[in-house]
Amino acid sequence: MATENTSTPTVGTGRPLSPHLQIYRWHLSMVLSIVHRATGVALAGGLLLFSWWILALASGPEAFAHLRGFIGSPFGLFLLLGWTWSLFFHLANGIRHLIWDTGAALDLPSVKTGGVIVLVLSVLLTAVAWATVYVL
Amino acid sequence: MSSSRIRSYAAPLARARGLGSAKEGVEHWWLQRLTALALVVLTLWFVWVVVRLSHATHDQALAFVAQPCNTVLLILTSVTSFWHAALGLQVVYEDYIGHEGARLGAIVLTKFAAVVLIAATCIAVLRIAFGVV
Repeated sequence: MATENTSTPTVGTGRPLSPHLQIYRWHLSMVLSIVHRATGVALAGGLLLFSWWILALASGPEAFAHLRGFIGSPFGLFLLLGWTWSLFFHLANGIRHLIWDTGAALDLPSVKTGGVIVLVLSVLLTAVAWATVYVL
Repeated sequence: MSSSRIRSYAAPLARARGLGSAKEGVEHWWLQRLTALALVVLTLWFVWVVVRLSHATHDQALAFVAQPCNTVLLILTSVTSFWHAALGLQVVYEDYIGHEGARLGAIVLTKFAAVVLIAATCIAVLRIAFGVV
């Protein structure tokens, strides 16, 4: 008895278990919620590039050129594009979370509209940022 | 364990003591929001910096960072981003890592890494600002 683990729910207890992820039909709010978390984790990784950028800048021209070589490579550009979208999505959806924290816009229509706005805005801002780089 | 818990003579308060909230959650929640609010402004500024410096030479980038306003904003961006990331990763660990030791280890390592990278990036920015580079 003493070794029984009470922290994890088991089917054997006979108690009803609440349905988990695979039971529900996927809808926008669920997807955006998990994507918010995923982009947050990705952006934490992006902070390593941020650190590399500043440290390379302070180290000298060779280190800076090495960094630019990485960012300019196809893989580097791919990562940067992913991080740009992640940043704008996390930023836009984060603002939505801050609005929710005030108790506003929590009704179903507002949540759905807000989700669509966040998605469109994240793609649009990513396109604007990258277009600006290539136009400059 | 479960049956002894049901038959326990301890009062509900005595059983709950030490198992529940340590009243630390509010601080985490509040700091996550406070850093988020600051990052709304700081990240928009930082994206503009990255776009602006995308074609800059090493010297041009150094000159940009050395401008007092940019030095301050860059340091604020570093501290706020790393702290926001550490708080966010902590919640992810708390949700997905079941083993208590591994969970605590991940949280501690992340906080240490955040502090190390904050120190390294801020000192690098200051060296550029003071012309030590």
